[in-house]
Amino acid sequence: MKKLASPRPAAFTLAALAALVATPAFAQAQAPKIDPADTAWMIVASALVLMMTVPGLALFYAGMVRKKNILGTMAQSLAAVLIVSLLWAIIGYSLAFTGDGRWIGSLDRALLMGMGMDSVSALAKTIPESLFMFFQATFAIITVALVAGSVADRMKFSAFLWFCILWILFVYVPIAHWVWGGGWLSTMGLLDFAGGTVVHINAGIAGIVAALVLGARRGYPHENLSPHDLSLAVIGTALLWVGWFGFNGGSALGSGSRATMAILVTHLAACSGALAWMFAEWATRGKPSVLGVISGVIAGLGTITPASGFVLPWHAVVIGLLAGLICFWACTKLKQRLGYDDSLDVFGIHGVGGTLGTLLTGVFAVGALSATAETPGGSPGLIEGNAAQVYTQLIGVGATIVWSGVVTWILLKVIGAFVGLRVSDEAERMGLDITQHGEAVQ
Amino acid sequence: MPGIRSMKLVIAIIKPFKLDEVRDALTAIGVHGMTITEVKGYGRQKGHTEIYRGAEYAVNFLPKIRVEVAVPKDRVSKVVDAIVGAAKTGQIGDGKIFVTAIESAVRIRTGETDANAL
Repeated sequence: MKKLASPRPAAFTLAALAALVATPAFAQAQAPKIDPADTAWMIVASALVLMMTVPGLALFYAGMVRKKNILGTMAQSLAAVLIVSLLWAIIGYSLAFTGDGRWIGSLDRALLMGMGMDSVSALAKTIPESLFMFFQATFAIITVALVAGSVADRMKFSAFLWFCILWILFVYVPIAHWVWGGGWLSTMGLLDFAGGTVVHINAGIAGIVAALVLGARRGYPHENLSPHDLSLAVIGTALLWVGWFGFNGGSALGSGSRATMAILVTHLAACSGALAWMFAEWATRGKPSVLGVISGVIAGLGTITPASGFVLPWHAVVIGLLAGLICFWACTKLKQRLGYDDSLDVFGIHGVGGTLGTLLTGVFAVGALSATAETPGGSPGLIEGNAAQVYTQLIGVGATIVWSGVVTWILLKVIGAFVGLRVSDEAERMGLDITQHGEAVQ
Repeated sequence: MPGIRSMKLVIAIIKPFKLDEVRDALTAIGVHGMTITEVKGYGRQKGHTEIYRGAEYAVNFLPKIRVEVAVPKDRVSKVVDAIVGAAKTGQIGDGKIFVTAIESAVRIRTGETDANAL
């Protein structure tokens, strides 16, 4: 308590954080030991991240499409959960998170072979490996589910199933390995706490490529394609928001001060992002729309994601403000100028926000937050005099854009050649619900 | 054909929030049945603009209520006056009333016809 009266409270806080963060690392150096508190938090975090996709994203997207496509849109989120979960157990986890390959992981855990009750991954030494594997599965699920928003109202369900399988294997898994699994970007020192590159840039770029390959919706941009029920989207946003505490807080891979700081900065960025978008829209378009507010929430959340374990609260507020303003510009001005039909703005929010956030991580990173026993200085950014970090972040952004863009394009062409990507004009007019699934919301 | 020109159908297109007042006004003058439908349309009111992120849509068709009342010919002007009195706000978009002849009418339960069926 005496230390609260310290003349330099900020310095004290950072030092205390560094000490707290460093403590588990000392323990790890001796022997991996499963920690009950870390395990308990990571179980909750995994459940929260799964909740982001179903029902969070399913509701968020379903509320923004037309009534005839509600079930088709929800079916895509459900399918991502089912397919990616199994694929992750079969081979995805092994290729992304085992081995020390520069480009891709190993087959050590193919079919989860050798993963027993007391297995622990070298990447998360205080929780059971089964939990680490499951937590990472939920990230893969939501990333491919996000992409579906770009091609809402027009993709064949069968084509989307193929896309889930191939895209996870050839796009998500390699990038996850590069950034988090010990691949070349992590060796290079890229800072991406919870998925600015792996999740958000990746989904945003895949989304815009898919929107361009499939083409615009019928009637875009002349016919009225307005959302049928934004109240569903508000509920979905709220679930995503809370789920994001598991997403970013869970990326600390344990309980403790780094997880809680990540949750706090996540929440602050969501709020400042939403206010920035709301006031920008109010000033330029005359009214503060609810769709604008929830879009700003998601922009703030997506943008803080890579920075969430590296920055302090006021950095997060600034990151959120910039996210709200720049993503608003991307969704309202840039999109119109370029003329693509990224239907639910996956690129404008996740692609642009992820890029912005990954770069700003290089600017605002506070070394003390990521300090460990091995690296007592942590990973400082530009504000602490390490300008080179911004360059590393740029490499990470560029590599993700190129790989995601090129491979997504190839995969879509292959799927298009074999099963076709887009429903017929008539089916699109009638809606995905009745033509793809044989049911409808009355 | 005793029905011809002895019965009229009054069709009123009104603002949805005026429905209760119109119903009360008609009940007050002894009209004890009507049919309503939720419809969309536009006249001089044109519509409004909705903005969703970058997309701006002109919404021409606005929600209205279509009220149908079948009445004996001699009561038409009272019914029309009651609807006008109740549905009027003075703002653009108050709606319209059309009156048309009914050829014949049957009450399904009893088989009564024409004026007896109203």
